[in-house]
Amino acid sequence: MGLTITEKILLKHSKNREISPGDLIFVKLDFILANDITAPLAIKEFKKIGAKRVFDPEKIALIPDHSTPNKDIKSAQQVKEVRDFAREQEIKYFYDGGKVGIEHVLLPEEGLVLPGDCIIGADSHTCTYGALGAFSTGVGSTDLAYAMTFGEIWLKVPESIKFIYYGRLPKWVGGKDLILFTIGKIGVDGARYKAMEFTGEVIRRLPMADRFTMCNMAIEAGAKNGIIEPDEITLEYVTNRAKRNFEVLDSDKDANYSEIYEWDVSNLEPMVAFPHLPSNVYPISEVTNKNITLDQVYIGSCTNGRLEDLRIAAKILKGHKVNPNLRLIITPATPLIYMSALREGLIEIFLSAGAIITPPSCGPCLGGHLGVLAEGERALSTTNRNFVGRMGHPKSEVYLSNPAVAAASAILGKISAPWEVEVKE
Amino acid sequence: MIYQGKALCYGDNIDTDVIIPARYLNTTDPYELSLHCMEDLDPSFKEKVKEKNILVVGENFGCGSSREHAPLAIKASGVQCIIAKSFARIFYRNAINIGLPILELPSAVEKIKEGDLIKVDFINGIVENLSTGEKFETKPFPQLIQEIINKGGLINFAKERIKGGEL
Ligand code: SF4
Repeated sequence: MGLTITEKILLKHSKNREISPGDLIFVKLDFILANDITAPLAIKEFKKIGAKRVFDPEKIALIPDHSTPNKDIKSAQQVKEVRDFAREQEIKYFYDGGKVGIEHVLLPEEGLVLPGDCIIGADSHTCTYGALGAFSTGVGSTDLAYAMTFGEIWLKVPESIKFIYYGRLPKWVGGKDLILFTIGKIGVDGARYKAMEFTGEVIRRLPMADRFTMCNMAIEAGAKNGIIEPDEITLEYVTNRAKRNFEVLDSDKDANYSEIYEWDVSNLEPMVAFPHLPSNVYPISEVTNKNITLDQVYIGSCTNGRLEDLRIAAKILKGHKVNPNLRLIITPATPLIYMSALREGLIEIFLSAGAIITPPSCGPCLGGHLGVLAEGERALSTTNRNFVGRMGHPKSEVYLSNPAVAAASAILGKISAPWEVEVKE
Repeated sequence: MIYQGKALCYGDNIDTDVIIPARYLNTTDPYELSLHCMEDLDPSFKEKVKEKNILVVGENFGCGSSREHAPLAIKASGVQCIIAKSFARIFYRNAINIGLPILELPSAVEKIKEGDLIKVDFINGIVENLSTGEKFETKPFPQLIQEIINKGGLINFAKERIKGGEL
């Protein structure tokens, strides 16, 4: 019996001679990470273990992206704890000040997470790096403390589900719509414990940005990891960035999958997830006639805050004004994306339209700062979660969409399709 | 590793927000957390758990955030172990890592009623309903996980590795 890419990566990182789904194994880690919410707890546990030094200061990233620039005294304390620890342990990849970017966009951009890697992070969206053909999953703080000490972790080998997408994606439809559609089909626990492997001709043509978006939201279906076999598109992305060697693996033809889904997505529309579950999805054509007015539109996050996302938003916003009844908030996910958006003139388009630009931060995505919703307010957001109270008051509402729908909706004041707005060249 | 106690039953999709609401996350002290454990779901949990300390729950127990405060609160409440139809992934890890014994056994969950006297044998993966005489079996945890649980969690497990000269 052949192996899936997930199984191959885990096998290579274990001491076992063979593995199969359900086995509990120890795996060596190529890279681990934590942020300003999860690192303080992990540091506390690390100290309890009694180890003097971390296993390898060059394989750990500490990224205070959730509450920075420090939003209040408590978060300033937390960030300081992380900073002190990073200095004491000489953690090589500690990002501070103007270097901070949203972790799951920053690390791939920096070439620190690579194909074939085995990675854990104390953040549930660590599954994002599966887009590079890595095994990558979110864990708790105790796991991270253990990993900081020994450079390894225990794992249950997951079963894999294969998702095959056929056809050609229509205009304005991308990775966000594919993954919302998929979660809508299988539900928020449809892939619990399992690996979601995305493949098919649509994926083979899909740009890296969209692949990251898809793997990012694997956790929203309960998955352990999302993964895409590397190809030329992956290698083009990775080659000039990689800070170390990597290995390209793929799934065997006779690998075993617990389920296989096949969809022709040639007629897929932009999808919108209604409150309060990411699986609560509708195609845009069933939404626009509902006249869902908005108080805030957010374009950003580890799901859709990449340069490609900002380009799409700028294309639609160019020459238009943000509807006076709402705020449009845009967050370039990393300093490099911010700089590129500036050079390409995207920031000027956003500011001319009346948008607010925030520094790279998680802020609005988790209702932390830089754009928190009031009671009864409604937002459309390019993020990944629309749980109760996710972006602010427990009685606020979050709808999820791709950046094109978000930009068009920001102009028209209600959830709208991109083709309702005249694109001005 | 054998636990015996009375069953306390809840349903499906119990999320970490219900297990320990976000408003109490300003502490990591297990005792303080236990004072609010499950209070949004069942205000009398604290009383019931004194008498019935084997939790028997449905699908997807512990879904939601990765907060370790959730299994910590349950453990500090005096719960001996949890039998579920299934656990959400990160809760499952966190429970084992903090030394809270858990077991997935859907057939047992379906049959057990609140108050039944339950015996759980982790070494052999057997759940016995002493009130009805029914017996349910599953694959026991591999030795490694039993070891982690026996030592009271991953941190103690790690300490011993260090003592054993591994670092
Ligand atoms: S952008 Fe949102 S989902 Fe992504 S890491 Fe930050 S808080 Fe989490």
